[in-house]
Amino acid sequence: MSTNYQVNDKGYYGQYGGAFIPEMLYPNVEALKARYLEIMADAQFQADLQQLLRDYVGRPTPLYFAPRLSAHYGTRIYLKREDLNHTGAHKINNTVGQILLAERLGKKRIIAETGAGQHGVATATVCALKGMECIVYMGATDVERQAPNVARMRMLGAKVVPVHSGDKTLKDATNEAIRDWIRYPEETHYIIGSVVGPHPFPDMVARFQAVISEEMRRQLKAATGSECPDHIIACVGGGSNAAGAFYHYLEETQVNLIAVEAAGRGLQSGHSAATTALGRTGILHGSKTLLMQTQDGQVTEPYSISAGLDYPGIGPMHAHLFSSKRAQFQYVTDEEALTAAFELSRLEGIIPALETAHAFAALKHLSFGPKEVVVINLSGRGDKDLSTYIKHLND
Amino acid sequence: MIATKNRIKALFEQGDKEVLSIYFTAGYPNLGDTVTVLKSLAAAGVDMVEIGIPFSDPMADGPTIQQSGQRALENGMTLSLLFEQLENIREEVKIPLVLMGYLNVVYQYGIELFCKKCSELGIDGVILPDLPMDLYEEAYKATFERYGLSFIQLITPQSSEERIRKIDALSDGFIYMVSSAATTGGAGQFSEAQEAYFERVRGMNLSKPTVIGFGIADHESFQAACAHARGAIIGSAFIRAIRGVDTEELAECIHQFVQKIRFGN
Repeated sequence: MSTNYQVNDKGYYGQYGGAFIPEMLYPNVEALKARYLEIMADAQFQADLQQLLRDYVGRPTPLYFAPRLSAHYGTRIYLKREDLNHTGAHKINNTVGQILLAERLGKKRIIAETGAGQHGVATATVCALKGMECIVYMGATDVERQAPNVARMRMLGAKVVPVHSGDKTLKDATNEAIRDWIRYPEETHYIIGSVVGPHPFPDMVARFQAVISEEMRRQLKAATGSECPDHIIACVGGGSNAAGAFYHYLEETQVNLIAVEAAGRGLQSGHSAATTALGRTGILHGSKTLLMQTQDGQVTEPYSISAGLDYPGIGPMHAHLFSSKRAQFQYVTDEEALTAAFELSRLEGIIPALETAHAFAALKHLSFGPKEVVVINLSGRGDKDLSTYIKHLND
Repeated sequence: MIATKNRIKALFEQGDKEVLSIYFTAGYPNLGDTVTVLKSLAAAGVDMVEIGIPFSDPMADGPTIQQSGQRALENGMTLSLLFEQLENIREEVKIPLVLMGYLNVVYQYGIELFCKKCSELGIDGVILPDLPMDLYEEAYKATFERYGLSFIQLITPQSSEERIRKIDALSDGFIYMVSSAATTGGAGQFSEAQEAYFERVRGMNLSKPTVIGFGIADHESFQAACAHARGAIIGSAFIRAIRGVDTEELAECIHQFVQKIRFGN
């Protein structure tokens, strides 16, 4: 199979990617680059990973045919239920993999960044499971607005460090996690939560999330007779759930990949996180990718109602899918996402995460034939967003 | 105006001089202070200056330099404005000048244009911590060399001998030896591990001079660094010294700071 959309041996997806890191991180990133494929291919590693994914995470997650949503949109919609994973989102697919990898790299101390707190919770969870020290960097603004997830991380034994620099959100938490790694390079592994950062992180995280589309192929075959759907829809902040949902379909160009970014209050409102619409090529957090920035190259503060999509960049794989037109990008506002969350709740009895609700809102922008098969990656559940939803219940 | 050939090289050729290099952030404390700070540093007898180009996401900097960069950006600092401020700098300031920043800002300005501008203004070298050696060699080296700019690279306690040799071969001007990210011990003292690292590097007899940076804050630590390398770079301590200082008082403040570093009290 050709690999037009996978990472190349230099760590690039087309012109995006690479490892733009200070010398202080070179030994760690180099060691990871040299060993991640070999470790992940190891039979014992795979056995340990599969066992945890099955017995601890609860995989495979169901592929659910959504009858009322399908009827509503006049097409055949399947939901990949990542919301049913332990800790409530796809994030744990990656943290389970990376903690096993960290063990094999001989690391004793785990750091992570988090926005909404889902990745922080998933990291704190696997650190508790393995008895490892866990430090989670979180923007001070997010610490305040995501109090339940902060409490969960603390209950799991993690130290949550509020970050006061910049806009005090995900981008700043990522800066601080990188600084920590620079300070304590030898004993620490940095579990990045998305398909961002220097090579090999985007590829490694994508591979751990690829279990989503691996299962989808099997499940679709059983449900529809074909491993390939016509369309796959996923939301994109950094892009880890979309990377997982697209992974085993990247080279099968008959499958339409639809990535949904957060438009916030609107693309032209100045309060948006739609990187592919508003960004241009730049370098942040160790990779060359599309980036929202000023003329002078200062990274701008993104905005979305959903903390998990509130990131000024996008993983290099997605930047390449965008510029090569392999994936189609859609932009969904806060309002549209909220409407979609209520619609899914009432049509199917599933309350999605606000991030995930963006993927569902894209249904209104698109039209599909009655026989077409659409898979939506239901990346997370909405418990964490209840306070936001309650505010809008009466509107 | 084309830069006088290699002020950095000339500086390190001056026998056993203890090289004092100061880092400061352009446009800090006030937007218009860049040239005042530069002139004051030169007048106070500093040997070399790193001019920091502020960036929104300085991942390799500690809190003091982060805050100064944030302040400079709020003041309205940009790379274009910095180049305007430095228009006539070589009429008065003769010591080597190095620009230090993050790749994205330079990338957006345009690599070629950036190098050309530096060369015209008499900038001697550039430090871009997030442009690693391999990528520099592959995509940027030819341009930097065409404009006579030294590309200065970092080494750390974790750098392997092979890596240090390669950096020595590829870098230009001097090697920025990061003392240790996790500085321990009181001011003026290096840990045994740090001293062993400095001596390991010294024992390699590199072709480029080394200058120690990170954690140098006062006379004692400057002296200690000079015992192991050709000199030292002071950043955060200097930023703290000029924080909130009025423009008219910068020259005196900087003079006193440099006196203290050189001679103690």
